[in-house]
Amino acid sequence: MSISLEEVLQISYLARLHVDEEQAVQYAADLSKILAWVQQMNQVDTRDIVPMAHPLDVIQPLREDKVTETDQREKFQAIAPRTDRGLYLVPKVIE
Amino acid sequence: MDNLSVSQLAAGLNDGEFSSVELTRHFLQRIQSHTELNAFITQMDEHAIMQARRADKLIKERKHGPLTGIPLAHKDIFCMDGTKTSCGSRMLENFVAPYNATVVDKLEQAGCVVLGKTNMDEFAMGSSNENSYFGPVKNPWNTDHVPGGSSGGSAAAVAARLVPLATGTDTGGSIRQPAAFCGITGLKPTYGRVSRYGMIAYASSLDQAGPLAKSAYDCAYLMQAMAGFDERDSTCMDEPVPAYTQVLDLPLHDKVIGIPDEYFGEGLDSGVREVITQAIAWAEDQGCIIKPIRLPNTELAIPAYYVIATAECSSNLSRFDGIRYGHRCQDPEDLHDLYRRSRSEGFGMEVKRRIMVGTYALSKGYYDAYYLKAQQVRRLISADFEKAFQTVDFILGPTSPGPAFRIGEKTNDPVTMYLSDIYTISVNLAGVPAVSIPCGMCEGLPVGMQLIGDYLTEDKLLNFAHQYQLATDWHLQSPPRYSK
Repeated sequence: MSISLEEVLQISYLARLHVDEEQAVQYAADLSKILAWVQQMNQVDTRDIVPMAHPLDVIQPLREDKVTETDQREKFQAIAPRTDRGLYLVPKVIE
Repeated sequence: MDNLSVSQLAAGLNDGEFSSVELTRHFLQRIQSHTELNAFITQMDEHAIMQARRADKLIKERKHGPLTGIPLAHKDIFCMDGTKTSCGSRMLENFVAPYNATVVDKLEQAGCVVLGKTNMDEFAMGSSNENSYFGPVKNPWNTDHVPGGSSGGSAAAVAARLVPLATGTDTGGSIRQPAAFCGITGLKPTYGRVSRYGMIAYASSLDQAGPLAKSAYDCAYLMQAMAGFDERDSTCMDEPVPAYTQVLDLPLHDKVIGIPDEYFGEGLDSGVREVITQAIAWAEDQGCIIKPIRLPNTELAIPAYYVIATAECSSNLSRFDGIRYGHRCQDPEDLHDLYRRSRSEGFGMEVKRRIMVGTYALSKGYYDAYYLKAQQVRRLISADFEKAFQTVDFILGPTSPGPAFRIGEKTNDPVTMYLSDIYTISVNLAGVPAVSIPCGMCEGLPVGMQLIGDYLTEDKLLNFAHQYQLATDWHLQSPPRYSK
């Protein structure tokens, strides 16, 4: 299992992480090693085994459809890096 | 005061031997004078004294419970309204939580006094506490060694008698392994037994909160207050909570204890093996029936875990975008630059590595080979336990293959580090409960045994642990440097 530098850059793009060239080499080595090791799983035949997504086979509980949350916009925005008049600020997205 | 149990502390408070304010000041002082351990990220003196005053009033009015006025520390993964909740990360270095985790609420209602927030591996990803942005925690038994992780700050604080009780979380062993490394008792409850609301998510199908304390008895008190249904966590079980402290004195005879071959194989330290063998002999003397069993898929648990946990983490940590809270980079060029630079600056190396692995495992073309395969292996591991518990009451073995390793010893190789979780990880994949109990020493460092039970048998696990602690004194031993 070998991960190329191009693959590292593609994964970092998907993960929204910045990876420079030097780091990419390190990631390629680390990820290749981890993924090769993970492939031990192929030792075991899992045909017809139902995937287990969760430890509990329980029914999703439903609650009554009523408003329980109060408006706390000011409190929540107080911890935001940049806001203006109740809005979260981001760099310009539309030219 | 340092070595008193919860019930002794409660008796002292009730009899007016000392007040909660005095108790709180005493432990705050201890935390202050042992900062070399780096066990705490935030110390909450003012808040603690306020809570202690309230507790003293309740005790005076005889409106108190068993935990009223008892000092406690929270792992810095639990949100506390108005308090910095960093999760061991630069990303949340200045994050002041706007609400309480349910665990925090419950322990406040129980009257506990919160002394501070403990250090941890960043976003609970680690087995040594070396991944904290706030620096590694030291093991109080030997400060050249790690305390374990990720709840290393909580474990070190309890072991060094800086606080009588602490909360932790366990995704792949993060309560049990540090408890073992620090010579204390730690319980990972059944998945869904304790609410995850307000507990910063790492891998949501594996994360579970639990107690760390000197003894099983103390863990039982803390567990009592933590457990129970919470409508704000849809994975939290709506099952009655047993009276954990009431069943600790039951006899153990005729209990069947399974000893898995796979937990005593290659890689297990000979000193640890010897200590665990003595613990098994003790159980046999109590009239327990010892039965060799197999958990054949144990070895596959770690790779399956590192696919499932990283996949869930890559999804969970996508919420840290530099916009709504957390770290934001300077002068972003555009939105993409804002995301990637904020995240790259905010997350540490191991967190980024796991996000990358998880993103890869979930990406188009690889999903079946990694994520789906890992979920199928998870089913096999769970089935191993299901089969075992048809014939045994408990499964007993070591918590970790060796005692606490040296700081820096395993940092260069992620896979070697991951392997130190071999005995704890399957338990999270299956969702069953397990407790780590101190049971001896090896090279001057504590050794923990792990006792695993079937779903919702926390009461039985604590019962066994308490009986063992009535007969032994490993849980009463404290690191010489931190004992008076």
